[in-house]
Amino acid sequence: MSASPVFLPGVVAVNAFREAVRDRVLYNLIFFALMMIGAAIFVGQISIGIERLVIINLGLSAISVFGLIMAIFIGVGLVYKEMEKRTLYSLLSKPVRRWQFLVGKYAGLLLTLAVNTSLMTLGLGAALYYVGRPFVRSDFTILVAVYFILLELALVTALALFFSCFSTPMLSTLFTLGIYITGIFAQDIRDFGIVTRNPVILNITRVIYYLLPNFHNFNAMSAASHGFPVPHELIAQNTLYALLYVGVVLIAAAAIFSRRNMK
Amino acid sequence: MATPAIEIQGLTKDYPLGFWGHKSRRSLDNLNLQVEEGEVFGFLGPNGAGKTTTLKLLMGLIFPTSGTARVRGKSIEDIGMHREVGFLPEQPYFYDYLTGHELLDYFARFFGYGAAERTERVKRFLDRVGLTAAGGVQLRKYSKGMLQRVGIAQAILHDPSVVFLDEPMSGLDPVGRREVRDIILDLKQQGRTVFFSTHILSDAEMLCDRVAVLVNGKLQGVGAPGEIVSLEVQAIEILFEARDGRPLPQNLAGRATRLGARYSLQVPEAEMYATLDQLRASDVRILSMQTLRPTLEDYFFRLVGGGKNASHAVEAQTR
Repeated sequence: MSASPVFLPGVVAVNAFREAVRDRVLYNLIFFALMMIGAAIFVGQISIGIERLVIINLGLSAISVFGLIMAIFIGVGLVYKEMEKRTLYSLLSKPVRRWQFLVGKYAGLLLTLAVNTSLMTLGLGAALYYVGRPFVRSDFTILVAVYFILLELALVTALALFFSCFSTPMLSTLFTLGIYITGIFAQDIRDFGIVTRNPVILNITRVIYYLLPNFHNFNAMSAASHGFPVPHELIAQNTLYALLYVGVVLIAAAAIFSRRNMK
Repeated sequence: MATPAIEIQGLTKDYPLGFWGHKSRRSLDNLNLQVEEGEVFGFLGPNGAGKTTTLKLLMGLIFPTSGTARVRGKSIEDIGMHREVGFLPEQPYFYDYLTGHELLDYFARFFGYGAAERTERVKRFLDRVGLTAAGGVQLRKYSKGMLQRVGIAQAILHDPSVVFLDEPMSGLDPVGRREVRDIILDLKQQGRTVFFSTHILSDAEMLCDRVAVLVNGKLQGVGAPGEIVSLEVQAIEILFEARDGRPLPQNLAGRATRLGARYSLQVPEAEMYATLDQLRASDVRILSMQTLRPTLEDYFFRLVGGGKNASHAVEAQTR
């Protein structure tokens, strides 16, 4: 009897999710995020006329920042910790391929992030309900903004996992954070190349622009807080972009990890 | 001709040294070994000899610089090989947030067992290693010995044909060691092949059909414990005591070793009868006689002693 190759990453994913759920640090992070969202209520109350805008902005920022902290700090340890503690030795002696382990770990963390983001979104909904504001149709944009945050976290997690396949958690954190911050300004880097009118610099900035994940496009906080709709094309484009980028990064991670000697 | 359980051909592993990796250190050097089906095979050697490297290579945890290996006819690069083997790493460490029961259930899922079969197997193998009561306890609360036992359980959970154990007796008390020995003998009775590395030579001598000795990554000898050490009698040991506490005659006093109220005398086989005549004439009480043969330990230390300088050279190179 044998388990199907598609099924095996699922086995690893469920265990990775269980690991995260049993980690107390995660609860502390969710607690702080909910505290932040709660604090938004009070800040909103002293912001006459823009209560809705402040609560949504602060709430979505808290979801994004705490999601990022979880994605990076758990992501960089996903593989490294298993190698360091040698829990991988027993696992890899089973009929499981390294890429299956890697994809499973990634899926497990993504599941954890999705559950946490949902919890924090519920917290934001509760905060909006608490200030007595009725939900309107344009609030759907808040869910789109949360979806974009999740896509962003999926990208960041893939990058963290990629670096953790060959680097220490400290370096992986620095690399991932560095790429994240640069990725936010990807558009500006390309614009800089255009402004210089120098063909060499233009080509360099263009290559950087296409290589870096473009996190700028994933920011829908402003639209959500003002109740502007997000075009369906952007939702489809961001989804496709994230899927492709994550796919490429995971394939690169699997290629490195599959040839790596365990300690 | 039957396919050997384990077939290793020219397995070599170099580890790169330094930042650029231009230099390397050879951890395993052209290992050739064959283990037959149903054998209990002991892999002996001092620390740094290359035992764990060999096991890691066989398990696909590291990749060989050159050479190949097959387990039950399947290449170690074939994922199907992993269905045939069980592996206990040295000083195993498992997910400490899981209970013993959850860990075994997790590993059992990789073999595609259904829920009912997983439950039955987990229960059976926890019982087999004496952890039934501790099955619901998180692994973070397990002692070293308990971790070793749950490690053995996960290695044999899927009834593998070949079981690799890296230092299975390490960290166990005498009761634990006895239990592991019983499990190994049990596996042998079931016709499974057991390949284990150990420092405890008495265990190897007691359990193994054959042993291999590895020093500085090089194979020094392979064979049955009784074969690789010479069966030639080294000496005869005669144990005796003086009657009524009388002093020993001068000719014996200088040669015998005092052990409390008794004396031990070691003589070459050719001098045995002449010595016995002397003892009888001296009116001492002969308690016992036994032949002294070299042990596996003697053989091991002779090899390790010979390789010591080379071992230091390797260490110096890595600094």
